[in-house]
Amino acid sequence: MSFHTTLRKGASSVFLRIEEALDGPFGGADNPLRHLGALGLYLLWIIVGSGLYLYTVLDTGIDAVYNSIGYLSVEQWYLGGVLRSLHRYASDGFMLVMTLHLIREWCYGRYYGFRLYSWITGVPLLWLAYISGIGGYWIVWDQLAQLSATATAELLDWLPIFSEPSARNFLTPDSISDRFFTMLVFIHIGVPLLLILGLWAHVHRISHVDYLPTRRVMLATLLALIVLSLLQPALSNPPANLAVIPGDLDFDWFILFIHPLTDLTSPAIVWLLLFALTALLVALPLLPHPPPEPVAVVDAANCTGCDRCLADCPYAAISMQPHPLRPGFKLAVVDSDLCAACGICAGSCPSSTPFRRRETLVTGIDMPQQPVHALREQLEQTLTGLSGPRRVVVFACARGADASGLAAADTVVMPLLCAGMLPPSFVEYALRGGADGVLLNTCRPGGCDFRLGDRWTRERLAGEREPHLRRTVPAARLQLSAAAAGDESTLSAALDDLRTRLDNEALAGEPLPPYLRRASNHA
Amino acid sequence: MLKPATIIGQVILYGAFAAFIGYFATSPKYHQVADDVALIKLSISHLGERECRKRTAEELAKMPPNMRAPLDCPRERSDIRLEVDLDGQPILQTVMHPTGLYKDGVSTIYKRFEVKAGSHRLAVRMNDNLVKPGFNFVKEEQISLKPHQVMVIDFNPDRGGLFFR
Repeated sequence: MSFHTTLRKGASSVFLRIEEALDGPFGGADNPLRHLGALGLYLLWIIVGSGLYLYTVLDTGIDAVYNSIGYLSVEQWYLGGVLRSLHRYASDGFMLVMTLHLIREWCYGRYYGFRLYSWITGVPLLWLAYISGIGGYWIVWDQLAQLSATATAELLDWLPIFSEPSARNFLTPDSISDRFFTMLVFIHIGVPLLLILGLWAHVHRISHVDYLPTRRVMLATLLALIVLSLLQPALSNPPANLAVIPGDLDFDWFILFIHPLTDLTSPAIVWLLLFALTALLVALPLLPHPPPEPVAVVDAANCTGCDRCLADCPYAAISMQPHPLRPGFKLAVVDSDLCAACGICAGSCPSSTPFRRRETLVTGIDMPQQPVHALREQLEQTLTGLSGPRRVVVFACARGADASGLAAADTVVMPLLCAGMLPPSFVEYALRGGADGVLLNTCRPGGCDFRLGDRWTRERLAGEREPHLRRTVPAARLQLSAAAAGDESTLSAALDDLRTRLDNEALAGEPLPPYLRRASNHA
Repeated sequence: MLKPATIIGQVILYGAFAAFIGYFATSPKYHQVADDVALIKLSISHLGERECRKRTAEELAKMPPNMRAPLDCPRERSDIRLEVDLDGQPILQTVMHPTGLYKDGVSTIYKRFEVKAGSHRLAVRMNDNLVKPGFNFVKEEQISLKPHQVMVIDFNPDRGGLFFR
């Protein structure tokens, strides 16, 4: 195992444990660490909203902008001051969330294969975010702006891009004029617009994008930032004066850390670090990684063109085209570059029901590495081999908690590519084929490696999404658990719960009538 | 419905998030230079001279009437030699090269010198035509710098060459 892989796996283990710890107070849906992208977008909207107000009311001009923003913070603290503080703190929060999002995706190995596009398009966003943030500090034109503008110009001058040093623009107080704000507007409005455009590109290849976190997360985040804005309003430093070096400054380390870093080292080292980091992020997908899994395959004869796989695919890898054999019907087509090989499409296909009588179960869309037919064969064989008073089938996501330790004479474990690849009818099939109970383990809510597997599974089993589990299946005989990798104790506890319930037949309800496929009349 | 313990947990964690942002958005304070330090910025942008030759009458007569420029000047500009001494000690000796693919652009320099505040003897010498020896621009002055003061060394031929401000 390479150093990078070891480092990444170690970091992912730490990240996963922290995520799980936060599941306690937040729950999966509201856990901010599980929705960093959506939280970042939400913070961006706060920045845009508060920024629009600030831009509307600010006077443009070197002195005027300082005075007008000072007026907002002091005289109009209840509106303009709060919005200014929100603008600043949401920007800092955005940087923090963006960095965590980057680290998280790297930790979990989400930078190659079908995720390559999202990863690569995310790299320029880092630059755009920091350019926007640094430019924002200049608008106030206080001593912090002076320091940042001068230091940035000196840093830029190290690159051979200007015929004259741009730092000459900040030599003396009369070096700059009100036209300076034309450039600031370009930097602080134009670049964020590019950032938003880049974000659109960043997510447009995935479906069911979480553009916003849950309402509870949004309210709590906004409330936290408002309280912070009231307790510690964002204020300007003394006005800029290019004739003197700024003294002690209230410093934003989230956005402006690059200036102390330059002072501590040199422009050459800082550019080297920045370009090296960018190159590393771009080159990361080129490092050795597991080979791609076989992608979903459509069988035209069994595809009814129902659109369910299109609706459920988390990565927009499926499109519908006219069926070549059935006029007026549609056929699912898989884009192999986008397919994550999760099998969620196979779980959504109505043709995947194991109740079909055919010896070879060919479904509309299937995974070559774990076909639905093989799943049914395995289930049928293992059910006949189970013994004991309480026979349990455990369907477990292979990326979640390791379920192999649960295997016993009365318990069979069937790993799945993703919990979402299991057609709900398999639960009923197992119960009618001899099992007394079924345990289905997904990743934690919001923690699915394929984004939506746990959510679709829960909704299908609850009858909220097609294909759904029939209501005739006794709920007490089905246990749904959410245990991530390394969380085997939770999975084991879920199995114990199911067994306890099954021990009490009255609680578990009457077993379903047996079903013998070879003697049935299903097609 | 959230449990009280869950609510308390969320309040603590959102509070920690806000506190983390609030602290590092302003703290710790940063000061770029020490309290007893002043800054001298050397910033010069200037076109080096070029050696022009006066065309003879015969040469001019051979040229089309609309192109009879009396001087024959090369496109390339001269390098510029620059020296700065502080309190008698050289702190910079450099040669600035003209920019541009054909070396016909301005020669520029931008340097920062952090010095102790107080009185200093500052001397700047510049030669913008290296064909000629010595320095054709010299500025030497006793300067007094307050802590955190920024003094600029600049050059403008319209203002007599080198000047301090």
